[in-house]
Amino acid sequence: MKAKSRNYYLIPYVLWIALFVITPIVLVVYYSFFNIEGEFSLENYQKFFTPVYLKMTLSSFWYAFLITFFTLLIAYPTAYLLTKTKHKQLWLLLIIVPSWINLLLKAYAFIGIFGTYGAANKFLEVMGVGGKQILFTDFSFVFVSVYIFLPFMILPIFNALDELNPSFIDASKDLGASSWRTFSRVVFPLTLDGVKSGCQIVFIPALSLFMLTRLIAGNRVITLGTAIEQHFLVTQDWGMGATIAVFLIIFMVVIMLLTGRRKRGEMR
Amino acid sequence: MKNLIRALSLVLIVSFVLLYIVHRLNTAQGYTGENTITVYNWGDYIDPELLDQFEDETGIKVIYETFDSNEAMLTKIEQGGTSYDIAVPSEYMIDKMKQEDLLLPIEHSQLPNLKNIDPRFLNLAFDENNEYSIPYFWGTVGILYHPDKVSDEIDFKQWDDLWHPSLKNDVLLVDGAREVIGFGLNSLEYSLNETDKARLLEAKNKLDTLTPNIKAIVGDEIKLLMQNNEAAVAVLWSGTAQDAMWENESLEYTVPEEGSNLWFDNMVIPKTTKNKEAAHQFINFMLDPKVAAQNAEYVGYSTPNKAALPHMDEETTSDERFYPDEEQTAKLEVYENLGKQMLAYYNELFLEFKMHRK
Repeated sequence: MKAKSRNYYLIPYVLWIALFVITPIVLVVYYSFFNIEGEFSLENYQKFFTPVYLKMTLSSFWYAFLITFFTLLIAYPTAYLLTKTKHKQLWLLLIIVPSWINLLLKAYAFIGIFGTYGAANKFLEVMGVGGKQILFTDFSFVFVSVYIFLPFMILPIFNALDELNPSFIDASKDLGASSWRTFSRVVFPLTLDGVKSGCQIVFIPALSLFMLTRLIAGNRVITLGTAIEQHFLVTQDWGMGATIAVFLIIFMVVIMLLTGRRKRGEMR
Repeated sequence: MKNLIRALSLVLIVSFVLLYIVHRLNTAQGYTGENTITVYNWGDYIDPELLDQFEDETGIKVIYETFDSNEAMLTKIEQGGTSYDIAVPSEYMIDKMKQEDLLLPIEHSQLPNLKNIDPRFLNLAFDENNEYSIPYFWGTVGILYHPDKVSDEIDFKQWDDLWHPSLKNDVLLVDGAREVIGFGLNSLEYSLNETDKARLLEAKNKLDTLTPNIKAIVGDEIKLLMQNNEAAVAVLWSGTAQDAMWENESLEYTVPEEGSNLWFDNMVIPKTTKNKEAAHQFINFMLDPKVAAQNAEYVGYSTPNKAALPHMDEETTSDERFYPDEEQTAKLEVYENLGKQMLAYYNELFLEFKMHRK
């Protein structure tokens, strides 16, 4: 009786997974086997291995890597400092609040800030550096992306650091380890899981960013996401769009496997 | 468990109450399906006051929805989820929709105001005898620039001026494959509807050499960027240019002499309509001289309505940059529907062009 009623609770979950996870993936894979004329073929997969799409894949990975790297570079020290502050929940909230604002709105704000006559250039002029082109460069693209992804990286790292048992640190110090050694041998390895999930949360969406590539990078950065958008909305070559999506799914699975949490029973 | 059930029932009750309120509101305002029409138009492409005026005059409620590309519109109409009564696609899309049998023929007898349209905009190749479409606005693709920010050597009488070395990193392009590949073709004096792959490739290779001058390839933001002097030159549609020029009077617009695109947006009645009568009434209303004049003054694009011109600011209607005469438009080309395969090739080239690094 008990086991049976438990099964009933599974119904919404199973329905959800079937309708919104499995069906879309199956549909994407299905569409990827049709060429633009609606005939069944492997043409799209062949096309993916032409220089255009390979180059696009490489550049997507490169930018996603840059974004993840800089996000991590900023997020780890920030999360570390946060755990040391008095009102850490308040500080954390302040970092999360910007992520409630619509992404598009933030992108438009950056167009204003980074523009030729925007605040950033005014500042550079006052500093005596002189005006520079900031908007529509690689720099602005990576900067804005890092800004947007930052809260998603900080949160898992913050949680990992917060859960860290302080007696490990005390033990390490008692045994004569320097602060750096304590950090690199004790704190960092123990928070690696937080870092990994942070990197997943950032790297995977960064691979398929598309709106920012137009608004902030002026289409000077082309990612796989841009190509998917174009194929679905403009060319109406749903097959090719789906094929790129299939490869993105494959890349994501590989990344998840590589950075996935290993079971470590002895930890807790 | 009890809490869960309580929470679930609460959610259900709240949703039903909201649903009921919405229903009551709709009936109170007269939205009952029989006397409403759904108009599907480009963003910011009608004077909203006119919708109120139409509602007051006819008692028909208008539900207004917008799209941002012909293709997005096509997809929604094909799927048929919403029963659109009026849509405003561009010419090549009308050809496509005709082929896919998505349009209803328009009964000219129900449109007494059709006589107001300038005959030169009627009976065009994409829809002979205007069987399925009525012109709404028209315009060109050209170059918007800051005269004091470009060197005196260039006046943009030809597309090649865009390649001038003094414009390094100072050119904005609109994010449209046919527009960009199109001016590449025009600069080589080929047709905008070129389907010869060798020539298209030649145009793309020529565009690649423009890369050092290109600052960005953007969408609707192009208007804002030009107003704010973000770049010296932009390739865009005439209406967007007019909008920007109203905000920033130092801007100039020109259509290069080798030729360019002449486009039309047209009102059609999709097969999804549930209220054919009212749809015709709406088209007829929009063709009224005063209404068309007010709309054109609001939107900024050129109206094909001859009878509307006297009701408008003379400065606008005598402006040859936006109301070029027949002799000038003779050199311009209308996009043809080149078929899916060719459109895909245009986009492929455009994607490669975007990926070309400095």
